[in-house]
Amino acid sequence: MGTDSSDGPLEALPLDSWHRAQGARMVPFAGYDMPVQYEGIIAEHVWTRTNAGLFDVSHMGQLTMAGPNVDRALETLLPGDLINLADMKLRYSLLLAQDGTIIDDLMATRRGDSFYVVVNGATKQGDIEDMRARLPRDVIVDHMREQALLALQGPRAAEALENLAPGVSNLSFMEGGAFQVLGRPMWISRSGYTGEDGFEISVAANAAAELADALIADETVKPIGLGARDSLRLEAGLPLYGHDIDRTTTPVMAGLTFAIQKRRRAEGGFPGDLRILAEIENGPPLRRVGFDVDGRQPVREGARVLDDEGNEVGRVTSGGFSPSLQRPIAMGYAAPHLAEPGTALKLEQRGKLFDGRVAAMPFVPHRYHRKGA
Amino acid sequence: MSLYFTREHEWIRVEGDTATVGISDHAQQALGDIVFAEVPEAGRSLAKGQEAAVVESVKAASDVYAPVGGEVVEGNAAIADDPALINRDPEGDGWFFKLTLADTSELDGLMDEASYRDWVKTL
Repeated sequence: MGTDSSDGPLEALPLDSWHRAQGARMVPFAGYDMPVQYEGIIAEHVWTRTNAGLFDVSHMGQLTMAGPNVDRALETLLPGDLINLADMKLRYSLLLAQDGTIIDDLMATRRGDSFYVVVNGATKQGDIEDMRARLPRDVIVDHMREQALLALQGPRAAEALENLAPGVSNLSFMEGGAFQVLGRPMWISRSGYTGEDGFEISVAANAAAELADALIADETVKPIGLGARDSLRLEAGLPLYGHDIDRTTTPVMAGLTFAIQKRRRAEGGFPGDLRILAEIENGPPLRRVGFDVDGRQPVREGARVLDDEGNEVGRVTSGGFSPSLQRPIAMGYAAPHLAEPGTALKLEQRGKLFDGRVAAMPFVPHRYHRKGA
Repeated sequence: MSLYFTREHEWIRVEGDTATVGISDHAQQALGDIVFAEVPEAGRSLAKGQEAAVVESVKAASDVYAPVGGEVVEGNAAIADDPALINRDPEGDGWFFKLTLADTSELDGLMDEASYRDWVKTL
């Protein structure tokens, strides 16, 4: 789960004492002391799928980027169409290296003349340095260190948040807006990392505890730790940076070509464009896939994927027990000719062979709130 | 009947020359939700310190080592069928395996219950 930056002292989240008061077990993650669980991972997972879960993701990097033609400038680093991204809309995108591999995945929102960008916690310092180095000098990358980020996820998230932020339920999936909540300005996006409907709330660090208290005062809302965040995103088929995507994978290998819009495919102009466009045309050397695993024992990151002759044809990059399905599931890479759902493969972990099959993802259907249009 | 504990958070209940082995309440709490358990088959001979069983929580896999040597009499099929039983009753119905003690002197140096509970509080 994520990259533990275990070197050096851990930073405390703005809600550190709040988590401890809620009974959290804290673990090092991405350079922070973070809550891994409160009452238990399975109970928290199921609660989020049926009610509403409150996640503290303040370790993530919140950036604003501004300057002349900032959208064009960002398109030199990201393969998404940002020029045609409408105001207040989010786009999932990828910070790419010159060889077309993935430095990080991120969410970018156009907010008037600037972009609001959320990047992963373990990678944020490197991302900021990289973007400042490669963007024109007049594009300013501001790291909003005084902002906390809370996510409220689940089928009852909208009704719970609507009570505090009237109008928020009018947002569509991948849309954001400015709201006054508890008398404080907050930026709320309808987005998340669980596959459920939900919101991400950017709030001043010194107002985060008051917001968290107000949210869990609703009987449908409970605090949820990193453990369930990981099992929820795995069921949703969403990749975790540093595990399922990294500097050895391209967007095409990772099955993320949806993040490269038509105009960008036609025009290129992003790092690694020749390689990436060739992979779109001719197919990548490996593809990210899901695996159903027979039996009850979880198969985890690092397990080898074998064909019927025992040749290694890929690796598991995330794996665990699915609380919703009550069986093991995994994600990883396989050679393209073995990447069709239903293909039987063996998985090898600690010298033991497991029977598995390539599975379509998500394992558990997404339930995003998309407007009719 | 005597009850012993190890620093690896296993308990050993000795009745005559039969020892029942499981993991402590502290261990199950630290592991969290247990989703898989594999226990040794009857007849298997275990040396002290040898890998004897596997227990996996949502987050991680752990080996359970034989705290004493002997021949396995029974693995607990109930925890293989319902691994969460280890969370619910770790020091009772959630036992892992029973073995016939090969050498009772291997019990020397293990903690008694009071010493173990005191020691756990210091962790």
